Amino acid sequence: MMNTKTYDSADPLVIAGKSYGSRLLTGTGKYKDFDETRRATQAAGADIVTVAIRRVNIGQDASQPSLLDALPPEEFTLLPNTAGCYNAVDAVRTCKLARELLDGHTLVKLEVLGDQRTLFPDVVETLKAAETLVADGFDVMVYTSDDPILAKRLEEIGCVAVMPLAAPIGSGLGIQNRYNLLEIIENAKVPIIVDAGVGTASDASIAMELGCDGVLMNTAIAGARDPVLMAHAMKLAIQAGRAAFKAGRIPRKRFASASSPIDGTIG
Amino acid sequence: MHITLNGSPRDCAPATTIIQLLQEAGYGAKRVAVEVNREIVPRSLHASHTLAEGDQVEIVHAIGGG
Repeated sequence: MMNTKTYDSADPLVIAGKSYGSRLLTGTGKYKDFDETRRATQAAGADIVTVAIRRVNIGQDASQPSLLDALPPEEFTLLPNTAGCYNAVDAVRTCKLARELLDGHTLVKLEVLGDQRTLFPDVVETLKAAETLVADGFDVMVYTSDDPILAKRLEEIGCVAVMPLAAPIGSGLGIQNRYNLLEIIENAKVPIIVDAGVGTASDASIAMELGCDGVLMNTAIAGARDPVLMAHAMKLAIQAGRAAFKAGRIPRKRFASASSPIDGTIG
Repeated sequence: MHITLNGSPRDCAPATTIIQLLQEAGYGAKRVAVEVNREIVPRSLHASHTLAEGDQVEIVHAIGGG
């Protein structure tokens, strides 16, 4: 599938002053190989892609291709994450390594996890890390719980995007908290991006119809039977949901309302 | 001299530079970031920064993640 990036200049996603054409942000984990990673990322039309920072495997063949060969920083905005960090110190350290690795790049995805069973964020450590990183000049996109008060606090600290979960990471349960998300969206002055929980295309549409500015997903695409086709479906779902949000849906009513005029019926 | 590289013990020649260590490990031409004793050593200093006995060295790169 060819690169299907479509830049909507009239409706960009703006993060830290930079415009992005795609409201679908994708992860790069769990793919079969780098070729599949690249094809799925292209089919998703993603501009912003997350990467993890890890030790190199000393002793293994270092000449193997690397992720950044498949997804060059010149072509995609890489969003290094702090996945696997369970405290603020490790998360800050990981972001500093990422900044060095990517030549001064300051956009990071902060996630500080609470435990391995839920992968819910440790919000206390997340707040601490966010304060440190913002003070150090990072542009912080922050994974958080769906607590509207906390989302506001993270915005006030200076995070450039707040990214609440819709359901646990990798669960595919879909949007389980639409009223919390609505509250967060309506109070926000920075982009709100659903990060985690999406299972299929309709979930992504629901998030966008609620008014989310974007959706970040990995497992829903990489874990699908056909990841490249699911990436395409997600791209369409995000576009459809965004358009529906902007179009303004009809109110829900309990009773029917005929679509055809009553006047002029025969008989 | 003994250092710790990515959590494992390693022997290297005295006054080995970071560039030399990267080349020995096969990462001379790769995009990596290096930390010595929890402080980042910027790429511009890899040629001049010499390691010392007991240094804790981390070499990291970007991999797939969500």
